[in-house]
Amino acid sequence: MTTEPAHLGRRGLFIAAGSLAGAGLFASAGAALAQPGDGDVGILNGALAIEHEGIAAYRLAAASGLLSAGTLKVATVFMGHHQQHRDALARVVREAGGTLVEARSDSDYVEALALATLTSEADVVALATRLEQGATNAYTGQVAALSDKGLVHLFTQLSADEAVHWATLNNAAGTEIPAQAFLFG
Amino acid sequence: MKRLAREGLVLVIAVIPFLTNGIVQAPAASAQGGGDIGRGRALYDGRCGGCHSLDVNRTGPRHRGVIGRRVASTDGYDYSPALRRVGGVWTPDRLDAWLQGPQRMAPGSRMYLTVPDTNQRRDIIAYLATTDGSER
Repeated sequence: MTTEPAHLGRRGLFIAAGSLAGAGLFASAGAALAQPGDGDVGILNGALAIEHEGIAAYRLAAASGLLSAGTLKVATVFMGHHQQHRDALARVVREAGGTLVEARSDSDYVEALALATLTSEADVVALATRLEQGATNAYTGQVAALSDKGLVHLFTQLSADEAVHWATLNNAAGTEIPAQAFLFG
Repeated sequence: MKRLAREGLVLVIAVIPFLTNGIVQAPAASAQGGGDIGRGRALYDGRCGGCHSLDVNRTGPRHRGVIGRRVASTDGYDYSPALRRVGGVWTPDRLDAWLQGPQRMAPGSRMYLTVPDTNQRRDIIAYLATTDGSER
């Protein structure tokens, strides 16, 4: 954002990011999971692919020179969350004997997310908002397919994190929160 | 005590329809026509956009022109053997069934996300039907 939204702005983003970093909620995710089934491993690997993409998006955006210091700080915090998500998911897949989905190349992500078309901080925030919304929906939309209750808990944690990212970015861009409840499916 | 139990049972029975609202799937309706394209686009971006785009393969394959396309035929996407075995082409009704239960249609495929709401599925499919198959 080249101009700060009046109702939140950079200071608001700093506060939101600081609260998240201080909460310390993410390190233990997935610590006590039972052995997931084959379907669960497939779902976990799909989630892992989403986390790889999110990490790449924030990392490449951070290196783009388009972000102001305040937004860069928040992007770095969110990237850290996605890295912790990746690590939690990878650990469960590994413990289940599954094969981990690998991250794609940076050039693949640049093409897949049309990163070369981004020319401003607002463009980056808009993309990040869409990705966070998609990630939240991907988690909530797959919970019912999980057979392991521990994984249901993990996915609930993951979707809540993504929803916080989405809401923070939405506020930063000055986008109204929809009046209709059940924001994610 | 018996009265309490009976009243509790009545309460539970009365509440069940509300608890199950939105969980029990409506009977499969035809996905042909009637969907709201604008809502469908927003739903596609929000619900499908974590994995899919119209023009680029991501975690899932690209979707532009999907209706009428052979199943598992997008260039450059590594489909699961399960989806490759399905055969045929994507029709609105077939997409509707897929979105209700991809693992029912192709057990072992890579998609697990479902869209239980009939109207949302119809809107998403209406939007996808407006995307032609030409490369962008």
